[in-house]
Amino acid sequence: MIRVTRRYRFSASHRLHTAALSDEVNREIFGKCDNPFGHGHNYEIAVSARGPLDPLSGRVLNPAVLDRLVELQVLRPFDHRNLNEEIPEFRDDVPTTENLASEIFRRLQLNWKAAFPENGPELEKISIAETPRNIFEVSELHGQA
Amino acid sequence: MLITKRVEFSASHVCRSPLLSDRENEELYGLAANPHGHGHNYAIEVTVEGNPDPVTGMVVDLKKLKDLINRQVVELYDHRFLNYEVPPFDRVVPTAENVAIDVWRRLAPHLTKEYGRLHAVRVFETPDLYVDYFGDAV
Repeated sequence: MIRVTRRYRFSASHRLHTAALSDEVNREIFGKCDNPFGHGHNYEIAVSARGPLDPLSGRVLNPAVLDRLVELQVLRPFDHRNLNEEIPEFRDDVPTTENLASEIFRRLQLNWKAAFPENGPELEKISIAETPRNIFEVSELHGQA
Repeated sequence: MLITKRVEFSASHVCRSPLLSDRENEELYGLAANPHGHGHNYAIEVTVEGNPDPVTGMVVDLKKLKDLINRQVVELYDHRFLNYEVPPFDRVVPTAENVAIDVWRRLAPHLTKEYGRLHAVRVFETPDLYVDYFGDAV
């Protein structure tokens, strides 16, 4: 088994705020991130797949295929967007980087089988850095064992 | 406990399989199939596993580990055209995956007990593409 990891970047804005809580509690929990005007980050994601070595190509996966998948499912919808306003999943759910990581994992997993051959690489995990100091990793969908 | 030593080298390679046509190679490997070759600044991270020695407090003598990696890998790979100058890449396509396997094979026989147990080899072909190999069958 070999793991291949590829990194990508996008920039987006968000606001951490939930209608389920009062303004005061939102400010207490989310601090600066609750600023009503929102704020942005340069996100960096690392997508890891694991699988057997294809004896013909000497590779686990074709990086161009992964690039296309990430481009379509993640970069194009998220880059230079306001996550709260423009990503349907974050109309109700707070776009914390935990939730963003789960959403990216979900989108990639949903479209994985169409992109890669059967018995080929499997999506293992994604990590996402909201800033160079805040890094989150998801290897299974939130709420699933 | 895991401890990792990182080294760097620069080399050129070309990704083409003799079992495929020119067109198939270009479709499969894209720019990397350019027959003239191209290069990368590679980085290798070698991770060994062990317990700190009760006297020295160290899992491994990192200077010794660095010297071994330099001797067995870096000196052979650095500023070389992998396909032409570094076997087995005269017959194995030098993808990052195969480089990781080759690094493992070059190091494993020399990692005696004093070096701890070889846990993983990570090969960065670029800062944005890397592979991890754990020594199992592929």
